[in-house]
Amino acid sequence: MGESLESSLPRDGVLPVVTVAPGWGIGVVAVLGALVIVAAVLDGVLCARSAGSSLGVGGGAGRPLGEAARLMRQRRRTTVQADTLLWRVGGAGLVVAAALMVAVVPLGRWTVADLDVGVVWFNAMDVMVWAVVWLTGWGANSTHALVGGYRFLAHGLGYELPLMFALVAPAIAAGSLNVGMVAAAQDGVWFAVWMPVAFAVYLLGVAGFSVWGPFAPALGVDIAGGVRAELSGVDRLLFETGRYALLAAGAAFAVPMFLGGGAGPVLPGWAWVLLKTLAVLSLLVWARRKLPALRPDTFMELGWLVLLPAVLVQDLLVAVVAVWRS
Amino acid sequence: MVVVDVAFWVLGLVAVLGGAVVFVVDSMARATYGLAVSFVAVGVQVLMLQQSYVGVVIILMMVMEMAVMAVYMVMFMGMNPALMPMSMVHSNRTALAAAVLAFLILAAGILLVDWPTRRGNPQPDVTVALGEALMGRQMLVMAVISPVMVATIVAGVVLAAPRTRYDRLGDDLRRRPADDHQPGGVGR
Repeated sequence: MGESLESSLPRDGVLPVVTVAPGWGIGVVAVLGALVIVAAVLDGVLCARSAGSSLGVGGGAGRPLGEAARLMRQRRRTTVQADTLLWRVGGAGLVVAAALMVAVVPLGRWTVADLDVGVVWFNAMDVMVWAVVWLTGWGANSTHALVGGYRFLAHGLGYELPLMFALVAPAIAAGSLNVGMVAAAQDGVWFAVWMPVAFAVYLLGVAGFSVWGPFAPALGVDIAGGVRAELSGVDRLLFETGRYALLAAGAAFAVPMFLGGGAGPVLPGWAWVLLKTLAVLSLLVWARRKLPALRPDTFMELGWLVLLPAVLVQDLLVAVVAVWRS
Repeated sequence: MVVVDVAFWVLGLVAVLGGAVVFVVDSMARATYGLAVSFVAVGVQVLMLQQSYVGVVIILMMVMEMAVMAVYMVMFMGMNPALMPMSMVHSNRTALAAAVLAFLILAAGILLVDWPTRRGNPQPDVTVALGEALMGRQMLVMAVISPVMVATIVAGVVLAAPRTRYDRLGDDLRRRPADDHQPGGVGR
């Protein structure tokens, strides 16, 4: 173990990331907030374009901000015998999970939490989303919301294991579960290039835990909005922000895991991390309208009979390469 | 260091109270997630013991397990599948006696065991040290038993399944797609 740790250190023996004071966590959350706004505006523009309406500030681009203002003034809807505690915990949990995810993502040289098992930490936080989304569905004491919660868990059972094994591939290649080490291990060739299956499955997993695009049936119109059927006002705003925040956190985590971290010409490391994050985030937002919904009742088989074996073969190849290299 | 000590004890308290909540509340969802809070507190405590991997994996596995357990609890427990308020306790006297007895035995164990004093310093990678201390020379045995256990689970499910491949694919196993009550996603 000690040997593999040493071999994954950069040649000059300098640790790849510096831990900054915990107070910078506020800065990280601010960056996450900015990414959320960018993603929401982009989605608004794409929405307006597909609907053929105006794209400007008065139209698509301004839609998310207008929607936020509307929700902040909206009176909170109440339901009979709601489990308010669990409902609120669920609604607020998505943002918290996303913030805890980005805490281990290095922004160039700096990171807030240089956890030695950062990859597993990210995984634990995305599992937290299972609980949070189901609780949001449960809390309202509403049939449609609960059906949505079950739909999400059905999707979760399908996407989570492939996602876990997709995260394993970069960790094997880097010989470390530390996010900074994984980023530093990609000198020259990005992991996305030589482990494309893991990268693709990872992106699908990000869409999964953000209840996004193909995984949106948990919020489907056929069940009156599903998990968020009874969410209103600030609660709904928080839930939607949480989805975008998870999407942004997933995009940010893809950068050190698959896209070489802060590596790139001319610009400093932090700028490259942000640029790559924005690129992945835009791809995810754009893909929302391009991919068909995955049915919760049939996705399980797709996940376990197609994605899981594919990503396991990917892991095997990566492991063989890692052994052959050492 | 005082802050860390206080945080550790507070987490311990949260873990115990989270466990106790399970028997107090009248909702399957609250009971399940009370238990989840308890497990997460324990996971963070393990994190504070520098066992990062074990701590994070406890959080990961337990939250996932509780999310799935909530589904089963709501489906199968109680007269009206746990969507309504229901008591979380039964056989109170026996349970109370068993709980008190178990507590006394465990507490006596803690107090009576001759705990070893620390010799030398902790190893740099305490997770590896813990694994070797727990498994030691049994590692090979455990590595062999694991696939056997998985095979047993799979075999158990296969034996318990009421429908066989002949029900799915017909007597000559040639029916495509298979006749399933719940069709899958890849058209087998």
